[in-house]
Amino acid sequence: MSIDTEVTETLDVKGLNCPMPVVQTKQAVDELGPGETLEVLATDSGSMSDIDGWASTTEGVELVDQVAADGGSETVYKHYVQVE
Amino acid sequence: MSTDDTAAAESAADDPSEPDADDTAELDAEAADTVGTSADEVARLEARIDELESELSTVRNEVDGDPQKMVIIATKGTLDMAYPPLILASTAAAFGYDVTVFHTFWGLEILHEEHSKDLKLSSVGNPNMPMPNAVAALPGMDAVTTRLMGKRIADNDVASVAELIETSLDVGVDLQACQMTIDLLDYDEADFYDGVTTGVGAASAFQEMVDADIQLLV
Repeated sequence: MSIDTEVTETLDVKGLNCPMPVVQTKQAVDELGPGETLEVLATDSGSMSDIDGWASTTEGVELVDQVAADGGSETVYKHYVQVE
Repeated sequence: MSTDDTAAAESAADDPSEPDADDTAELDAEAADTVGTSADEVARLEARIDELESELSTVRNEVDGDPQKMVIIATKGTLDMAYPPLILASTAAAFGYDVTVFHTFWGLEILHEEHSKDLKLSSVGNPNMPMPNAVAALPGMDAVTTRLMGKRIADNDVASVAELIETSLDVGVDLQACQMTIDLLDYDEADFYDGVTTGVGAASAFQEMVDADIQLLV
């Protein structure tokens, strides 16, 4: 994640499965303005490819970074989506 | 290219049949005369070009401005078959698609507020089930299969049908209930979730399909 990107909002979709992470990401991004960044926290491993696919097909958003972080008992997949 | 070939090419360039300077000038004058018959003609063509360019830009705006569209026809009312249309519909809406799901026959069960919470899964005729059909057909087996599937859905954090319906409506999916089958199965409009479109038939579904980029029958 680039240093100049600050998280504006965090969306917690831990415990939710397909298609909820993508659908709720879209809903949360719609609430943000240009230049703002959404952090998405998910436990669904499919969210890595789902959010990547969604961001690359959707105009006006850029997937800045994706990180799989070991959160103790479960892996948390972090996605950073910036509104252009 | 050999030296001979080069010579031949040069000789062709000096072809005596090529029109001489006088002829060319004459032709140019003739062409100019035809095109420039009148300044009116030029003005007319220029106006036509402007008109076509403006039409082209209108068409481009329409193509770029309209969201892409998906129509799903949902005809099944078992627990397993309720998921694909709802998951695809809400996902497509997240991708910016304009989505309509037209529910007909047993597909209505998905939109029926009470029945949707009690959809069944049958193991009869499903070779993926770990029991022979003769056993699956015994009384009470559908309830067992449904309970096992329901537990798996909950254990795997998969959303319930009711949650997917709510989410789909939230993201703007048009969930439609076929009026003919509402009457056929003796349902009432009030049986369906708030936000479900009723009073629609095959013609409106077909019209939506004509305009859609993706059409699916589930």
